[in-house]
Amino acid sequence: MAYPKEFKYTKEHEWIKVEGTTGTVGITHHAQEALGDIVFVELPKPGAEVAAGKSFGTVESVKAVSELYAPASGTVTAVNEELNTAPEKINQDAHAAWMIKITLKDAGELGGLLSADEYEQFVAEEH
Amino acid sequence: MVETATSTLRKTALNPVHRALGGKMVDFGGWDMPVEYPAPGGLIQEHLAVRQRVGVFDVSHMGDLRIRGPQALAATQHLSMNDAARLALGQAHYSALLYPQGTFVDDVIVHKLADDDYLLVINAGTREKDYGWVRDNVKGFDCKAEDVGNDFTQIAIQGPRAAEVLGKLTDANLAAVKNYWFTHGTVCGLKQTLIARTGYTGEDGFEIYIPADEKTSARVWQEVLEAGKQFQILPCGLGARNTLRLESKMALYGHEISDSITVWEACLDRFCKLEKPEFIGKAALERQKAEGVLRTLVGLEMVERGIARDGYKLRDGHGREIGYVTSGSYAPYLKKNIALGYLPPAMAEVGRTVLVEIRGQGVAAKVVPTPFYKRAKK
Repeated sequence: MAYPKEFKYTKEHEWIKVEGTTGTVGITHHAQEALGDIVFVELPKPGAEVAAGKSFGTVESVKAVSELYAPASGTVTAVNEELNTAPEKINQDAHAAWMIKITLKDAGELGGLLSADEYEQFVAEEH
Repeated sequence: MVETATSTLRKTALNPVHRALGGKMVDFGGWDMPVEYPAPGGLIQEHLAVRQRVGVFDVSHMGDLRIRGPQALAATQHLSMNDAARLALGQAHYSALLYPQGTFVDDVIVHKLADDDYLLVINAGTREKDYGWVRDNVKGFDCKAEDVGNDFTQIAIQGPRAAEVLGKLTDANLAAVKNYWFTHGTVCGLKQTLIARTGYTGEDGFEIYIPADEKTSARVWQEVLEAGKQFQILPCGLGARNTLRLESKMALYGHEISDSITVWEACLDRFCKLEKPEFIGKAALERQKAEGVLRTLVGLEMVERGIARDGYKLRDGHGREIGYVTSGSYAPYLKKNIALGYLPPAMAEVGRTVLVEIRGQGVAAKVVPTPFYKRAKK
């Protein structure tokens, strides 16, 4: 699996795509594979604040509930409502199935995230 | 999450096969078992395969106790709440071993192999406990209790096409074996194999008991997959096993039944024969029957968005805690979020709305009739 070079990644298997002051967030291909069939997603509403490293929602497979952790702090500007009725889109293409868009609070936080290469290595080592 | 080193987990003879198939392995009650096989299907596909076609499960982690001797029936009657005297040769039934308080040691399928020979198939997580319990409680009877769980690989073939699949592999007349009956026949060349029309999925199906060596087990598993190819058979893990039994409202020890839940609370009345002169737990059950139960098992369906999961609290409209969820999940065939749980009898009527506490929020669910799914009668 080639992880998009333009994304940055967390060790909790979220990705963030930064364009200017907007960050688009989702979970990685590795995460959806580990979860199995995703049947439910709980996301915040537009206007909500998210904090780097803190939970902003949950993703559920048939077997388990997993927290979603924000790669960076900010205010939610958009939520992918499609995932409420079609959560399986995350399994189909995790890097296209964005969850939330945020206005970034502090671009400095991005420095602590992993590059695509670093994330690939991290995933390989986990096994 | 604490990882148990796989070297300390018990393994069935089919463990190498599960790993070769890419099974996602988990620790299930101390056993290294596949929860699902991501390729070719994943849990949802496995579940649908069993409902629509056929699936195959390794259930060798389950235990087997054999009670043999001149007083085997009397001993079984003492231990088991159902009436083993009603079993014919070749017949099995669902029952339970109870504590004196009328609560569950374990649920069990009792098979009558002969007038002096009974086979009890028990849960994986309670194998040692059950064997100790049985051994101690048959002491006054002229019989022997043996733990034969390690002698068998147990394979479950389940689904509307299960008979056709197994039919290719055996000389036994499967059409003559009714639901909850069993026979012995040659399966994959193995003589005198126990073939039982039992299962834990709510579909038609069979469980076969073959020698527990790795080579034989792998060969039979492979032959089952080959025989099922034309029906797109899938290997199925414990994940699908759980969602299938939940849709069919079948109890799981540690959830709907346990050492603190009684037979009446769990609504298993029809498997408990109080007219038997004696069995462990009878006196307590008679008392509770007169007093009435404080809680009863109900089926729930989510009304608002959310999935009720094991252990979640149930609250009434005022936020008071009134019960809890014993098992809950997304149901792959019904495509709904369902659950089983305990509520006070006065609040257990079909249609009642209760709140499921999900991460601090009350999410509405309603009491529904069970089983949630029942296969069509042929």
